[in-house]
Amino acid sequence: MSVIEMSCVEVWREISNYLDGEIDGELRARIDAHLKVCAHCTAILDGTRNVVKLVADGVEYEVPVGFSHRLYDKIRSC
Amino acid sequence: MSAPKQYVDANEATLIARICRGDKEAFYTLVRPYEKAVYTAAISILNNPADAEEAAQEAVLKAFSNLARFRGEAKFSTWLIQITINEARVRLRKDRRHLYESVDDPRSDEEGDYFPRDFADWREVPSEALQREELRQALNRAIAALAPKYREVLVLRDVQQLSTLETAEALGISEGNVKVRLLRARLQVRDALAPGIDGTWSVGEAQYRKVRPW
Repeated sequence: MSVIEMSCVEVWREISNYLDGEIDGELRARIDAHLKVCAHCTAILDGTRNVVKLVADGVEYEVPVGFSHRLYDKIRSC
Repeated sequence: MSAPKQYVDANEATLIARICRGDKEAFYTLVRPYEKAVYTAAISILNNPADAEEAAQEAVLKAFSNLARFRGEAKFSTWLIQITINEARVRLRKDRRHLYESVDDPRSDEEGDYFPRDFADWREVPSEALQREELRQALNRAIAALAPKYREVLVLRDVQQLSTLETAEALGISEGNVKVRLLRARLQVRDALAPGIDGTWSVGEAQYRKVRPW
């Protein structure tokens, strides 16, 4: 099966959708064909995948101590 | 014709009915599970704990006074996050209007393509590496350095794990816009972390626990 070739820029546009599984099979096949022969795009893809994993696992915004109590007081007094 | 779809779960509907009869405690019970989500949405825009707390609390109070307008056409949590995001955006514009645009990376104009700064290969950065304070700090710095419109999308999608649709609803933008901004945000964070990716942040060979089904 032959696939229509993609440029690197076209691949970068789809990296997020590729990682999130939000592209159709035909586009995925074209991207996979490009990745096989392009070390740069493979590096970008792997790096971006790592970012998504690291953000999911390593980024957390702790609610400030006493937040809930202060909120409760405000609700009661409004 | 069928009635519009309702997204409010039974517990929340019961609480809302109690609140409408004047039970303030019930409102606290209703919003308590979403405190963290509300605070995170606010800090994703304001980038500062004190401002985020103020905006988050004000947003919850606004939700309380506007509860009668909540029609259950979206989840209560989505509605609450929408109010929070609006509140945070108003504050951001008021306090730092001059910074809001200037922090935008000119390379990340939404009309154009984003060009990665380097092509270093970092296949293996397992999450165990996050135990390294160095990486954790670099990650937080990279996210803090994003323009608000990219940071808010990255936080809602990749930290809060909202869907593309939920993120679009919360931010009042299209799903297409969510996807474009998420791509920019992820690529910019990748670029920001690139200097340390030559194995500095890799530890051991432990298999990474999968957080998403790809």
